[in-house]
Amino acid sequence: MKYPLQGNTDLAVLKPFNYSPAGSVQDLQFSRWLAEFSPRSLLWLALLACLWPGIVLAQSNYTMAQALDALWRWLPFVVSKGFVLNLVVSFLTMLIGTIAGVILGLGQISPIRAVARTSWFVTQLFRNSPWLVLLFIVMLAFPFEITIGSTVYQIPDWLKAVFGLALPIMANISEIVRGAIQSVPTGQWEAAESLAYTRQQTLWLVILPQCFKRMIPPWMNWYAILTMATPLISLLGVEEIVTLSRQAMEAEDNHPELLVPFFGFALIIFFAYCYPIARYTLRLEKRFAIIQ
Amino acid sequence: MSDTAWTPDQPLVSIRDVHKSFGDLEVLKGVSLDVMKGEVICIIGPSGSGKSTLIRCVNALNTIDRGSIMVEGQEVHDPDLDKLELRKKVGMVFQQYNLFPHKTALENVMMAPLKVLKQPPDEVEKRARALIDRVNLTGKEGAYPGELSGGQQQRVAIARSLAMNPDVMLFDEVTAALDPETVNEVLLAIKDLAQDGMTCILVTHEMGFAREVADHIYFTDRGIIVEHGPPTTFFSEAKDPRTQEFLSQIL
Repeated sequence: MKYPLQGNTDLAVLKPFNYSPAGSVQDLQFSRWLAEFSPRSLLWLALLACLWPGIVLAQSNYTMAQALDALWRWLPFVVSKGFVLNLVVSFLTMLIGTIAGVILGLGQISPIRAVARTSWFVTQLFRNSPWLVLLFIVMLAFPFEITIGSTVYQIPDWLKAVFGLALPIMANISEIVRGAIQSVPTGQWEAAESLAYTRQQTLWLVILPQCFKRMIPPWMNWYAILTMATPLISLLGVEEIVTLSRQAMEAEDNHPELLVPFFGFALIIFFAYCYPIARYTLRLEKRFAIIQ
Repeated sequence: MSDTAWTPDQPLVSIRDVHKSFGDLEVLKGVSLDVMKGEVICIIGPSGSGKSTLIRCVNALNTIDRGSIMVEGQEVHDPDLDKLELRKKVGMVFQQYNLFPHKTALENVMMAPLKVLKQPPDEVEKRARALIDRVNLTGKEGAYPGELSGGQQQRVAIARSLAMNPDVMLFDEVTAALDPETVNEVLLAIKDLAQDGMTCILVTHEMGFAREVADHIYFTDRGIIVEHGPPTTFFSEAKDPRTQEFLSQIL
């Protein structure tokens, strides 16, 4: 046993001190998992992707060299038209999700019971729904075009996907905001109240400035999760990296040898983008924990 | 009734038969006391006797179930009470200081007059610096709470509360969380205030301080005031056995 004194003594025992600055807010499971890879694993992944066609399909007449050559030719297209769209979707989703999530999170701590209950319900609903189902609902429920005045605006599929993905992000940001606010000691509220601050003033001048920093690591954690999830929208026909990779493979006569290089490349590019974010998230979290 | 004009010859704070329960636990069972302007009263008693709850009711941080608390003739136990107006008159200092950690000492003192009372910044800053000087912290204006000792933080908290120019100050066990060597500096700051004529209600375990500074001492136990009197007689002539037992343990 690690602490042999515990449990069989009447003496006061100092228990190991677990410091968790913001409770569930700091639950960075995804970032922790991702950041645990060594940077070298990227290299292994690439190597594996290159060797696979060579090993498995050596007897075929379509060689690894040909497959990689095809990937090389399609790479600029897949990245510039596909992956860039994944990033655009991730930025916009995060922007909308954050704004809506902050409002919803503040709603959750509202002194008005009806507002708090509704915000809580909306948060739980979208936090616990499958993303793909939300995406389908938004895709099908949203109009294809909007008429403002006499102009008709076509709504592109990818923009609808942004709204679909923004729903679960909103709900999770809402939880981050609520958790961070509730992690501030009640003494801060009381001190501000006894100095005649209004609730709004207490929130904006005293509470939020204190928990802003605590929200950044979990916020970044959700950004990484979101980015990894953007290929979901390929199922809805949005022309992002996975959709374009499939189209490219079709253009190359659908050789099965193409699968691993193309999807392997998608894997690598997502990893290369999200891995530094995860590492940085954990570094920030450590730094803020020390400041606190 | 709540807006009868208050004159300084009436009690500044008047507590009448106050009852308060937390669920099944009745912490105040009919407490009454009066505080005149310029008076310093100390409330002592064992932990859990309801003394902190009582002073938290005075600035409406806690609500009461029954009875009446009047501050300058205004009923605190009134659902239509303007809490903000009340709290401008009643300052409070807490056991855990509760300074705003993201603001410097000077900013902590300046914030409420600036944002709540909307006073002009240069005037507020002048007064804030004077208050920090008054609690002997000149040179610490730019320090963040995390860089100050407990005693220093508590003195900033006192200055922060004074910056609102309150008519009465509540001190809720303000030295209980402090290291012994810093208790004195905080007590000196409060004593300075008391001698300056500030009306003070203190919940405290510092008997020596109570004896020296208080005009009147109340001893509470299990939600009632067991005994009270001026310090000259309170300590030497305690009649109730509970008071005697408490004092024998403390002194």
